[in-house]
This record gives sequence, C-alpha cells and structure tokens, in this order.
Amino acid sequence: MAYIPHTDEERRAMLAAIGVGRMEDLYEAVPAEVRFPDLDLPEAISEMEILQELQDLSEANLDTRHFASFLGAGAYNHFIPSAVDAILRRAEFYTAYTPYQPEISQGTLQAIFEYQSLICNLTGMEVSNASHYDGATALAEAVILALNHHRGARRKIVLSPAIHPHARQVVRTYMQGMEIEVVGGDRLENDSRALAGLIDDQTAMVAVQYPDFFGRVEDFTALGRAAHAAGALLCVSVNPLPLGLLKPPSAFDADVVVGEGQTLGIPLSFGGPYLGHFTTKKEFVRKMAGRLVGETLDSRGQRGFVLTLSTREQHIKREKATSNICTNVALMALASAVYLSVMGKQGVRRVAELCYHKAHYAAEKIGALPEYRIWNTGPFFHEFVVACPIPVAAINTALLDYQILGGYDLGQDYPELKNHMLLAVTEMNSREEIDALAAALAEVGHA
Amino acid sequence: MEFPADLKYTQSDEWVRLEGKVATLGITDFAQDQLSDIVFVEVVAGVGTALQKGKAVASVESVKAASEVYTPAGGKVIEVNEALSATPELVNSDPYGKAWMVKLELSDPAEVGGLMDAGAYRKHCEERSH
Amino acid sequence: MLEPLIYELSSPGRPGVPLPQPDVPPADLPKGLVRDDLPLPELSELDVIRHFTRLSQLNHGIDTGFYPLGSCTMKYNPKVNEDAARLPGFAFTHPLQAVETVQGNLALMHAVQEWLKEIGGFAGVSLQPAAGAHGELTGILILRAYHQSRGDTKRTRILIPDSAHGTNPASTAMSGLEVVELPSDARGNVDLQALRAACDETVAGLMLTNPNTLGLFEEHVREVVDQIHACGGLVYGDGANMNALLGIVRPGDLGIDVLHFNLHKTFSTPHGGGGPGSGPVGVSRHLVDFLPGPVVDVLEEGDEEEAPLYGLVMPKQSIGRVKAFHGHFGMLVRAYTYMRVMGKEGMRAIADHAVLNANYVRVRLKGLYPVPHDRICMHEFVAEGRWEDAPGVRALDVAKRLMDFGFHPPTNYFPLIVHEALMIEPTETESQATLDAFVEALRTIAEEAHSNPELLRTAPHNTRFGRLDEVKAAKDLVLCCKPI
Repeated sequence: MAYIPHTDEERRAMLAAIGVGRMEDLYEAVPAEVRFPDLDLPEAISEMEILQELQDLSEANLDTRHFASFLGAGAYNHFIPSAVDAILRRAEFYTAYTPYQPEISQGTLQAIFEYQSLICNLTGMEVSNASHYDGATALAEAVILALNHHRGARRKIVLSPAIHPHARQVVRTYMQGMEIEVVGGDRLENDSRALAGLIDDQTAMVAVQYPDFFGRVEDFTALGRAAHAAGALLCVSVNPLPLGLLKPPSAFDADVVVGEGQTLGIPLSFGGPYLGHFTTKKEFVRKMAGRLVGETLDSRGQRGFVLTLSTREQHIKREKATSNICTNVALMALASAVYLSVMGKQGVRRVAELCYHKAHYAAEKIGALPEYRIWNTGPFFHEFVVACPIPVAAINTALLDYQILGGYDLGQDYPELKNHMLLAVTEMNSREEIDALAAALAEVGHA
Repeated sequence: MEFPADLKYTQSDEWVRLEGKVATLGITDFAQDQLSDIVFVEVVAGVGTALQKGKAVASVESVKAASEVYTPAGGKVIEVNEALSATPELVNSDPYGKAWMVKLELSDPAEVGGLMDAGAYRKHCEERSH
Repeated sequence: MLEPLIYELSSPGRPGVPLPQPDVPPADLPKGLVRDDLPLPELSELDVIRHFTRLSQLNHGIDTGFYPLGSCTMKYNPKVNEDAARLPGFAFTHPLQAVETVQGNLALMHAVQEWLKEIGGFAGVSLQPAAGAHGELTGILILRAYHQSRGDTKRTRILIPDSAHGTNPASTAMSGLEVVELPSDARGNVDLQALRAACDETVAGLMLTNPNTLGLFEEHVREVVDQIHACGGLVYGDGANMNALLGIVRPGDLGIDVLHFNLHKTFSTPHGGGGPGSGPVGVSRHLVDFLPGPVVDVLEEGDEEEAPLYGLVMPKQSIGRVKAFHGHFGMLVRAYTYMRVMGKEGMRAIADHAVLNANYVRVRLKGLYPVPHDRICMHEFVAEGRWEDAPGVRALDVAKRLMDFGFHPPTNYFPLIVHEALMIEPTETESQATLDAFVEALRTIAEEAHSNPELLRTAPHNTRFGRLDEVKAAKDLVLCCKPI
C-alpha cells in the first residue's frame, strides 16, 4: 500500500500494545449497521500507471503552450521565470503548515513578511495581510471590513459594474445572510460619476476595479473624494502587474486595496489556486481579516517574525472574529514574492510596458478590420473590447483551427454586449501572433 | 491579587470608583492577570457620548485574548484616559490607578449600588480559578 | 548569520531575469496615470535563489521530520502529485476556455466529485470552496438557503459544541446566524440533555465534528443527528477529521446533511506553509440544488466509442458563487492522483493505520502524561502538558522542548475544553520507529519537567531561533519593510 510503511509484524506488535486483537476492534464506537461500507471506487494503481493516466487526461485539453492565447478576463497568461517554481518545490516550504511554532517556521514567516512588504510597496498601501483565497473573496472581505468599520450602522455598498462579474457574484453570496443593499453593478453605464451619485450617508463603501474588467484605466481621485465626503470608504480592486507602469491606487486615497495576484508568477492552472491580496491604510489593521506577520526579536536578541494580532482571528475571537479564514494561500504569496524579487523593479516595469504596447498594437490592427470595432474609447491597459460581426462563440470555434484561443464572450455577463469579445494581450504574445490573430479574425468574421 | 475596598465590581471584571455622580471605570487586577501582557487599549466612547448601561467603553487586547470593557451604568462620558493608547502596559502594572479608562457623569448613580463589593468580587474570582 | 530581508539584499541597477525587447511600436502612455517610482528590489537570480533557499532551511516541514500537529493531518505529500499538477494540460489551461477544449480537466473534476460523493455518502459535491473554513461558510449558507426556500425563516440559530474549531462559530457569524454553544459531557461527547433542551423551531442546524476535536468518535452520534432532524434542523459535518473515517463509515450514512472535506488534510495535498488548501462540500439529496456553482456535470452521455461531454452547470437554487472560477484545480489534480493511487482498499488502509498509530502513541504515554479521555481514540488524541507535582511547567514548554529533539510540536491549547492541551495526530504515513522515538522524547521531557523545569521554560535550545517575543510584535507593530 503506497505511503503506509507498516509491516505485518509491526501491525501485530502495535495492536498487542494497544490491547486489541484486530483492526476492526478499534471501531466499536461506530454504529455497526453502517460500518465498513463497500466503497465503489477504482482499484489502487501504481505510480507508474497513474502517470500514464494523467498524461492522457492532460492531453485531452488544449493549452496555452500549444495555442496562442488572447483570453484574459481575470486570469492571464504571463511569463513565469523558472526560479519561481524552483523555490516552490523546496519541500521545507510546501510541506510545512501554518507557522504556529515560529522558532522552526522562520522561512515561511520571513517570506510572508517580505510578500507583505512587496505588495504594500507595489500598491502604495501601508499594511498587507498574508493573503486571501483570491481577488473575489478578498473583495467580499473588504466589504465586511467596511461594515465593521461603521459598526453596522451603514448597510449600503456601491459596486462598479466594471468589477469582474465573478467578484460581484461572490460579494452577493457573502452578503446573503446580512441585510445589506448592494447597488450600482446592474447598469453598465454606471461610470465613476454615476457611482458617486449613488453614495449617501448609508454607504459603507464604494468599490471599483483598476484596470477594470474591460481593461479601462481611469483616475479615481474624484470618486475617492466623493466617498470620503460622505464618510464612506473607497476600495479599489487591482491587478498588481499593471502597477509596474500605472499610478498605484494609494494615489486615489484608497482605504482598502484588494485584487487578484495570479499575474505575479502563478500559472493559469484552470482557475486556481490563485492569490487574493489585501492591503489597507494603517488605521484599519485591527479590522483586517487573515493572518498578519510582524517583526520582533527572539530570546537571543535576533530579529525574527511571528504571526501577530491573532486576537482578530477565529481561533481566539471565534464568532466575533474579523473573518473565519484560517488556511489561506501562503505558497502562492511566496510565489509572488519570488516573482517580484527575481523580475525586480526593471523586469516588472518591462513586462507592464510590453503588455501595454502589444495590446495597443493589437487594438490598432483589429480596429482597422472593416467588420470589427473597438468598443473602448478611453485609456486601457492590456485588455480591450471588440464588437464582432458574428457571435463570439462561433469566432472562437473557428479560431481553434488557427491554433488560437480567442477572447471572452462578454454577452454572457452583460446583455448589452452581445457579440462583444474581451481580448487580452500579454508579453507572451509575439507580434507574429498578433498579426496572425488579426488575419484570422478577418477571415472568420464573415456572417 | 488586589481588591481595593473602596471600589465596586462587576461580574465581567470591571471596577467602578464612585465620587458623587462621577464614576471612574477600569478593569481589575484579576482581569489583567487573565489577559497577561496587554498590547493595545482603545477607548471607543468619546467625550460627550451618552451611554446606556451595558454598552462598550473600551477594547483591550493581549497576545492571546481580546476583551470589551462595558459600563455597568448609564451616563455621559466626561473624560477619557489618553495615556493608554501609548502605554497599554499600565493596565498590567496599575489597573486601579493610572490605567483608569473613562470617567462618566452617571444619569442614575443608584445603578452602581447593585454591584459587588471587594469581598464578594474576591469570592467570585476564587470560584473561577482552579 | 541572520538572513537579510529581500530589500536589504537589493542593489540599484542589479540585473534580474532578462526579457525580450518590444517587437511592436510604442503607444502613448495614459496621461496622468503613469507612476513615478517603483519601489521593488533589484537582485540577480542567484541572489534570489540563495535567499529563498536559505529561508526554506529555517523551516521544519513533513519532509524534514515528524509533524504530529493534531487536527491538521500532516501526512506525507507524495511527490508524484507535484509532477501531476505541473503537466502542461493542467497547468497551462485557462478557466474560461470553451468546455470542448478542456475535457481532460472537466473529466478529472467530475471524477473527484464522484469519488468524494462515494466516500462521504453524498448525493452532490461542489469543488469550489478554497479551504475548510470556506467550505464551512458554504455549508452554513446552504443550510440557511434551504430553510429560507421552505419559508422556514424563524430558523436563525446554529448549535455548536464547545470543543469545536474556532472557524465553526466564525463561519456561522459570517452567514448572519446566531451561535449557541453546547457543552460536552464528561466523556467528551455532545451533551445530549443540553442538546435536547436547545432544540426547537428556531434551530437551523448543528455543526458536528466527528470524530470530535478530542479525537473521539461521538458515542451517541445517531441520537444527536436524530434529535436535530426531529426538530427540523440539519446537521453540518466538519470533515477535518475524515482521515479516521475513510472506508470506516460514510458521514452521509450517519445522517449528516452537509460536510466539507479538507483535501490538504485527508487527501494528501500539501499544506504550503498556510495554504493553498481546498474545501469541497458534499450534500445529501435535498440540498443538491443549493450547492455553489458551477459544478461539473455530464452534458452528453458517452458510450464505448466516445467519452462523455462534460460541462459546467449552475445548480437550480444555488447559493451562488463562493469563489471566482472553479476552485483550486491544482489541488484537485493532486487529490485525484492520490485517490487513484490509494484506490478502494487504500481508503480503509489509511484510516486503519492512522487510528492504529494514534492509539499506539496514546497507550505508550500511559503514566507519563495525563490523557483526560483515556479510551480507544480515532486518528488523534489529546494529552495534557502539565503535572500536579511539576508546577510552573506548561504545555507550551513541552512543545518548545520537543523542537530540540527534531519534532514539530503537537497542536497546543486546542481544544479549549482541555487545560494545557497537546493534540497529537501521527497520521498513517509514520512508522512505528518514528512513533517510538517521539514517545522517548516525550518521556525525557516529562522527566525534565520534574528534575529541571527551567530547561523546559527556556526551550528551545538547539534550534536556530529561541522563543520569539509575541508581546513586542503586537505592541511595536511592524508589518512590512520599506525599501532601503
């Protein structure tokens, strides 16, 4: 039996020491009529055989190594330096658990402290937690923070419709047990000005995304001022990689910055595990959910790190905790710390620039095609929306013959955007690939 | 363990010093001992706030626990101890003196009458320790 | 030598990973939205690799030594799982690709759903929740949605035993329901009298951990479940302790209505220093429509020639999404690999050896450490780290001294209902020799507690770091470093 080391002799000796005759005798407390079910599962197989089976399953997919991908919508195909996985495969990192015993967990603790520092410096915010499950759940926790901040007296949240549909759905799921009003996300036309108009003295928080779901970037300073004038918090959900080029959300006086950190050295992996980052101004640190690593000294005077402000958390505060979160995604936070370190200031800037320029080149080429129109009017980062002559699903099926994975069908989430495709371009897309995409779109775009 | 005779005590380990209509509140020696090293104190009721009996006046945190401090009587907050945010450890070293938390002008001083005296509170603490 | 912080190793102009030159003309940058400076470090690749490699060497992991952290199931993380997750078809597929282009992934997810249904005795499974606590929140929201759908809006209370993990009441509070704590009886079970008294038409459900956090199988589990069902409530099972139940009993067969699994505990996916985990949720037939979605379903049946066509479907009365995309797919690949390798017989063997190992350590500690409930346990048990005749020595000191012997300490101070608790969970992947060495270390520590308590109070001595000042960390809050 794989991974179970016992010999027959050892089993006998151990059962004797315990004072029972057979393994079955250990389960007297289990109701007899439902004990030892005959599970309908496949028979065990060897490691040698499982690898073949997995290979077959893996190959029953089309992947971004073999197809040029222009699919984004919240998860992106970026270059991941080999150094990242080399560190993630260090068993001392991935076979350890939560650093409750700091003396023998300084590796994890210092790495997380460095992650917290890097993310704060990238977003311009003052404190970060050790990670959330993903950007969507981080946004939901930001809403909870805002509600707690107002001690339950304000029960309205203003959400931009340009926040990722999944994130807005997760917020609604989390809020279903609390009597909270979530407004703004239902009308696509709700821009910053319209959102500001929805803020009143019942609003706990206003949330926007930067760049937004459609790739657009805008200055939220005015919206931030409107929120603060009404006593509400401003939350900005960001993709951190564009911050290599773009002004950080601290410039808008954001109170809470969350977002999806998959773009920092984490593979697509069919949707997860990803990385929810969560940063705030200093004053909100005690309301923050999730683990926090702080610096301290040990008994020998050495600098070290520990989990701190644990009194916010579930194991102490129980039902009064800031959140129920326990296990987060520490290994993904480590991945992003390694990515940011090995790419460094120059590399992160360069990747952001490559994404930006390549996307604008693509938009120009596609915009020049007679049957297609670029929907974005203002500045965008590395994603943009294309109005297509035929349904997006049909285009994408046709593009497969060109070894291309096309963009996201926005009609699924925004009825006004039927036949509109969200296209993402990253540093992984060469000029040749972009030219090929434009040519293919021209060919398949005939109604 | 100290139980000053001139104070009144609550079941939830707050002490009250009543001088005319003014009540001074803090947490007891037993409470600070249970919490161990205090790292953070936040007085949540500002000067001028009107509070009902049972409302929270402060939040106290150590590394292993966090507690709310409640007022046993209704009144208006007239003074708040600013020193506690910078030196929370005063709660451990001088819980009945320098670590007072708020002063209230009580709307009904008789509400304090029902609280435990030092002897009853000492017994209450002994019952809980083992 | 202290390992510097990443910013302390940075040097302006130091080249990192080379990137290609732009192959397109530059576009105008967005006015007013470009940042001035970028406070990230600059290091060579070697600097980064050395730094994180040296940091890793400061950690204790399962691969370096025994890790009997109760309630966390620190079993061996098979290396084949790591290779599996990195296969290109798994690692380089986008979650929003058309389903026809990711049939391999959907087939894998469907298999995991089916196997968890079978192992748990459930009619439906969602793989979306990202961790156990996330699964708990999902489960409580499902209970709530079920009652709401039947107009049963008075059910706003959840009963939770005092031995429960803190995530249980925290998840309940997040769902907007009220927590009612139930005492445990003298034998560590849910107190039946208290349960009966608390059951009425305002009860939405009970959260039950079985085996409980003392490592004991609930002796009246049938009565407990029947009592809740009789008053119209549902039973939520915390599946953190499933390692003792694989092939032994199916929670669904005991009447559990909804349960979360911890793939990073029971199903060998790695703990990662604090995640990523995965917390799939299984439900009985009447709750299937409320699962978070989408779930994987068969869109078109297959036959001998063709595989079925899999797709993503939103359950009819779903509580909604609990996460973006589909869940922690990378962890599902690892769990799939593990479940296939262990197979049908493997499930039972896991539980048998986990329970065997825990009982073996328990009996060998007789006379050395008090064990409050000293009877046959499941996969873990709780001992006390204190002695009447060794005052001043506490569980914390025992834990710190264990590190000097190369062991990760057991879980400390949980469950709250045992004083100076040490929760010991060996798992089935440890040999008798390792367990004997652990017992010998504990024996030595018990002796030291009486002969040389100061040694314990100042432990650890042989580790790279001594005890860390948690008071200072909380008072002088330093949560990040700025660039130099």
